[in-house]
Amino acid sequence: MDILQNLGLGFETAFTPINLLFAFIGVALGTAVGVLPGIGPTATIAMLLPITFGFEPVTSLIMLAGIYYGAQYGGSTTAILINLPGESSAAVTALDGHQMAKQGRAGPALATAALGSFFAGTVGTLALALFAVPISQAALLFGAPEYFSLVVLGLIASIALARGSVLKALAMIVLGLLLGTVGQDLGSGTPRFTFGFRELYQGLDFVALAVGLFGVAEILRNLEGDITRSVMVQKVKNLWLTKDDFRRIRGPVLRGTGLGTVLGVLPGAGHVLASFVSYSVEKRVSKRPQEFGTGAIEGVAGPESANNAAAQTQFVPLLTLGLPVSPIMALLLGAFIIQGIVPGPNVINDEPELVWGLIASMWIGNFFLVLLNLPLIGLWVKMLTIPYRFLFPAIIAFASIGTFSINRNPYDVYAIAFFGILGYILIKLGNEPAPLLLGFVLGPLLETYLRRALIISDGDPTVFVTRPISLVLLLLAAGAFAIAVLPTVRRKRDVVFEEED
Amino acid sequence: MHGARKDLLAGAVFVGFGLAFAITSSTYEVGSALRMGPGYFPLVLGSLLVVLGIAIAVKAFVAGEGDDLGPVPWKAAVLLVAALLFFGYTVRGLGLIPSMLVTVFLTAMAGRNARVIPAALVAASLTALSILIFVIALQLRLPYVGPWLQG
Repeated sequence: MDILQNLGLGFETAFTPINLLFAFIGVALGTAVGVLPGIGPTATIAMLLPITFGFEPVTSLIMLAGIYYGAQYGGSTTAILINLPGESSAAVTALDGHQMAKQGRAGPALATAALGSFFAGTVGTLALALFAVPISQAALLFGAPEYFSLVVLGLIASIALARGSVLKALAMIVLGLLLGTVGQDLGSGTPRFTFGFRELYQGLDFVALAVGLFGVAEILRNLEGDITRSVMVQKVKNLWLTKDDFRRIRGPVLRGTGLGTVLGVLPGAGHVLASFVSYSVEKRVSKRPQEFGTGAIEGVAGPESANNAAAQTQFVPLLTLGLPVSPIMALLLGAFIIQGIVPGPNVINDEPELVWGLIASMWIGNFFLVLLNLPLIGLWVKMLTIPYRFLFPAIIAFASIGTFSINRNPYDVYAIAFFGILGYILIKLGNEPAPLLLGFVLGPLLETYLRRALIISDGDPTVFVTRPISLVLLLLAAGAFAIAVLPTVRRKRDVVFEEED
Repeated sequence: MHGARKDLLAGAVFVGFGLAFAITSSTYEVGSALRMGPGYFPLVLGSLLVVLGIAIAVKAFVAGEGDDLGPVPWKAAVLLVAALLFFGYTVRGLGLIPSMLVTVFLTAMAGRNARVIPAALVAASLTALSILIFVIALQLRLPYVGPWLQG
């Protein structure tokens, strides 16, 4: 069994004191970010990327991944206790979780979320370990045309799952692709859109872009109105589940885990989708559907398992194809690149310690999360009392100094301001920022593969449809696009995302 | 919840960016599909963005009905941009401590009902914290006080 060998290697890597420490720091930070409204995991990872620059690649990725799935946990804590989902995928958890808390059953709700997530995280990690090798081996057969089509598929599919107007999401992708062309052209070395500034030859810094779009723009959104949080939390007593509870959550946890594992690999908001789908499935199969919304434990168990399983399997396309399916995965792709590693099908063979260490660390991190969250619940709730007027100056301070320290280029700091304002305007006009970031990260890849493919084919553009794998990928992209514009699906999609607000 | 005014403006922003990129890239060598010049890819994308922007605006025009944009935190926007530009411009010259103090102070003043003394306290404590994290723990080599202040 290769997989045991691989996981063995992974645990060997992940169990070094330094990696354990940073897995712990990562999930603790992530939990904090999930708990605190107004700071998202995307901005946090972007801000902390520069700090991890000096770490070993595996250590830095372990910590950054920990922030990501830690935030999923933290989000459910506030969703349950104060009906305030810190993270979008926790919105469903609030529906029944908060009702349970109101009835004095906050403890079992939190325990269900933690146990369900841990189980799902374990399964998701195993699925990742199982599928990583075969998918990356298949991907080794890809040539430039296939990669081009794959990137197109990734971009288009991210629209299908984004909320709001399809046209706007497309425009955001194209704008992201265009912003990605700033800097020296890879083919000829000609500087593009640099307006004579040498500092722009390296292109716009993607950390600056992410911090601007997801950090500064979010701060401006928050400063539009008063953020007043009334934190009225009763003491959480008695975390334990009754026998009856255990019996009721068994099915939802299993179904949620299955759904999340599969839906997680979808580009866009796979983990958000997974938790919504799981909720409606549980409501449908339940013998007591009328209890949903009034504190049904199934409504916590299913979605929580689903989003956590999906959080793990989101790594599959990144680690095997080098294709990020969400802004956070795009940032982790950036983390790989900063470390001098290009993710893709070769990474598993070339850097086995890195990939398997990261995978194993996710299981360890999920374990830490249970330890961190249940006994220390009071501490996390206290964090909610930190006023926003201390938080956003801290974001700006760490973002500016961190971004500057990567390249020591003042233009990167100016870029934060530029993208902050641009992002704020675009968000205000009803555009989601995520497709822009994906376009920006994937733009250079798209251009490179397009060029290579056309050189191979002597300039014949039919190369993309005459090669079978490429054709299938493009057909899938067309299918995803059709799904996004079909009126019935759109209505459903809007309903799904509206509940989130 | 698709406001017409929002969409019109969004379309205009996209058309503006598309035009800017397309026009600039047409000054580079465009080349052919076989030998793409540096201008090829951005020119195609810029034109596509113009088309998308027009489509968004036209759709908004047809759909009618206006929508309020809501409040805009002008003071906060100006202060945040000023803070970031200040940091980028002075971090080398003034050094980390003075540059950060001013940057965080400007940022803290961006909050609603912000007052000078609490903002100064936030600036001082965050500067100290950043130095602790970045210079002491992470060994970032930046002078505390830069050449501009050393005469």
